[in-house]
Amino acid sequence: MSQIELVKISKIYQKKQAVLNEIDLTINEGEFFVLVGPSGSGKSTLLRMIAGLEEISEGILKMNGKIVNHIPPKDRNLSMVFQNYALYPHLSVEQNILFGLQAKKLKKQERQRRLYEAAEMMGLIELLERKPRELSGGQRQRVALARAIVSQSPLCLMDEPLSNLDAKLRANMRVEIRRLQKKLGMTMIYVTHDQVEAMTMGDRIMVLNDGKIQQVGKPITLYNEPANLFVASFIGSPKMNLGKAILSEDGKQLVVEGQLHLDISSIFGEELPTNRQLTIGIRAEHLLPGTIENINYLLEAVNVEQLGNETSIAFEVGAELWTARWSGQWFIKVGQKVPVQILPENLLFFDSETGNLIHSVSKGRMQEVLTTCV
Amino acid sequence: MRMTNSTTNNTSNTHLLEIEQVKKKIRMNNFYKGMLFLLPSIMLFSVFLFYPLFRTIYLSFFLTKASGDTTIFVGLENYVNMFASPLFLKSMKSTFLFVFYTVPTTILISLFLAVIANEKLKGIGFFRTIFSSTMGVSVAAASVLWLYLFNPTVGLFNQILDIFGFEAIGWLTDPKWALLSVSATTIWMNIGFTFLILLSGLQSIDSSLYESADIEGAGYFYKLRRITIPMLSPTLFFVITVTIINAFQSFGQIDILTQGGPVNETNLLVYSIYREAFVNYRFGSASAQAIVLFVLILFMTYLQFKLGERKVHYQ
Repeated sequence: MSQIELVKISKIYQKKQAVLNEIDLTINEGEFFVLVGPSGSGKSTLLRMIAGLEEISEGILKMNGKIVNHIPPKDRNLSMVFQNYALYPHLSVEQNILFGLQAKKLKKQERQRRLYEAAEMMGLIELLERKPRELSGGQRQRVALARAIVSQSPLCLMDEPLSNLDAKLRANMRVEIRRLQKKLGMTMIYVTHDQVEAMTMGDRIMVLNDGKIQQVGKPITLYNEPANLFVASFIGSPKMNLGKAILSEDGKQLVVEGQLHLDISSIFGEELPTNRQLTIGIRAEHLLPGTIENINYLLEAVNVEQLGNETSIAFEVGAELWTARWSGQWFIKVGQKVPVQILPENLLFFDSETGNLIHSVSKGRMQEVLTTCV
Repeated sequence: MRMTNSTTNNTSNTHLLEIEQVKKKIRMNNFYKGMLFLLPSIMLFSVFLFYPLFRTIYLSFFLTKASGDTTIFVGLENYVNMFASPLFLKSMKSTFLFVFYTVPTTILISLFLAVIANEKLKGIGFFRTIFSSTMGVSVAAASVLWLYLFNPTVGLFNQILDIFGFEAIGWLTDPKWALLSVSATTIWMNIGFTFLILLSGLQSIDSSLYESADIEGAGYFYKLRRITIPMLSPTLFFVITVTIINAFQSFGQIDILTQGGPVNETNLLVYSIYREAFVNYRFGSASAQAIVLFVLILFMTYLQFKLGERKVHYQ
């Protein structure tokens, strides 16, 4: 069942161009939906429009089938976690959590029951008497979450809730928020600029840039089949290696950045247009180390990062820097020519002018674990 | 072996001693530098504040000539006489009444104006300017303006009363009304400043608190009571303190509107001090009154800090 429906929603500030342009979107009940995009892409504005904090310039917003454009935030039955948490500095943790319930004039017993339930869940029982300024960043985050939980709204909005935490805590909270959402079964709309958060948390992701939808889909779909160059370079870490490519007239040879000559005749028939400027993309994990029988190319290493379990090597290819991720520890000197294997079936092809995807990776890549039968 | 040990101990001890000495030197240096920075304000305060204060205390123990020179040391007699004088007691009573009339009203009106001027509406800048405009009006100009409004025959207030068929009121000449009239003038004059400070206090409250409250289902007055007032409390505290001190020190409007009359009804402390010193040329007892006023304001402010600060939420 679709819970939230956006029909051609736009946001236009006075005399300026549209910040958001005709957004069409459906979010299902119980779904963890992530809005991701660089800063200034309009993702927070979209979230605030759903919350009712920002006016909808054009289009229709529906919740549970009803139009809610004109309904004030308090009647939309949702909760929200702000980037700065928006905790009331003069109130204790307990009063902060109870704030909304008191405003809605709930019975005292019910209030207390929900308070302890939420505090228990978020591990705040011992901190109830404290003021926000006496809490650490992570604890404040928990209070903000508890405040969203006690309202028992079916929809929760989060606006970059983890951006003020350090990396380690952020990884913890990612898991925690995700578990919480599954446990309570609420619909979540989560805004972030961090594609790792988007990939790891979302059931579905919407990539937004310049107020326009770039792609909506499952994280793995976005990774494997990015709809355009923007999504390709935004999703995935390290970012996808891109290069300008020219197809020879007979369609058998591909010249990348005027340096790499790839024989692609065996894979592609006449799928690729010969008359277009092409951009090819290849993921870091597909730039494989060359073996003795299979040395395709010699590339110059310009930077080597040892990560322990894997090695990240930057190569110079024409004007671009390509990154390879090889598992294990490789001892490579900067400036050394390194043999690299590039398989044509791992290439993605984009139209250089429009940026749209022409052809994605050929092989299916999902691996399955063995299901053990006892 | 033992020898070498003790020598190394000694050397490390002398090193520690040297470090202590250097540290001490740095501390002294910092102290002198700090004093150098404070010197201008210390000098200014000494000339314009500390010296006059001590001089006033000194004078309050003497009788003086008209020129201000001291004649006879009378000890605490000036104080004793003062508290026995019905004129001074009346002046004290008027002062307290005046503070009681003006301070709460000023704060409440300004708070109301600040809250409505804090809404994001079209043309709100115009109203903000209007509401704060009395800040730019001098005491003298404001008093003269109100003098005209209070005029028994051509004044606006009496003309309005006349339209509705009421009898004219001697706003500044009737003992029942004079203090209230002066209070009204003072409230009007103080609103600009108080409004401005409160508005800036309101604007420094993080808007995400209100947004969060909106989503949680809080109504307008619930937000006002649970967020605005507590978050504004440091500003309110400051404004109340300053307004009380100002009210105790009111002088200009009294001098222009009533000269302390009728029947000493508006003879507030500062005006009483002025008359004692520059009309009656009794600098000794004027000084004694000034000291009493000083102690009074000091005490009121202290009381405020003691009682009020517990309820203030500093960020």
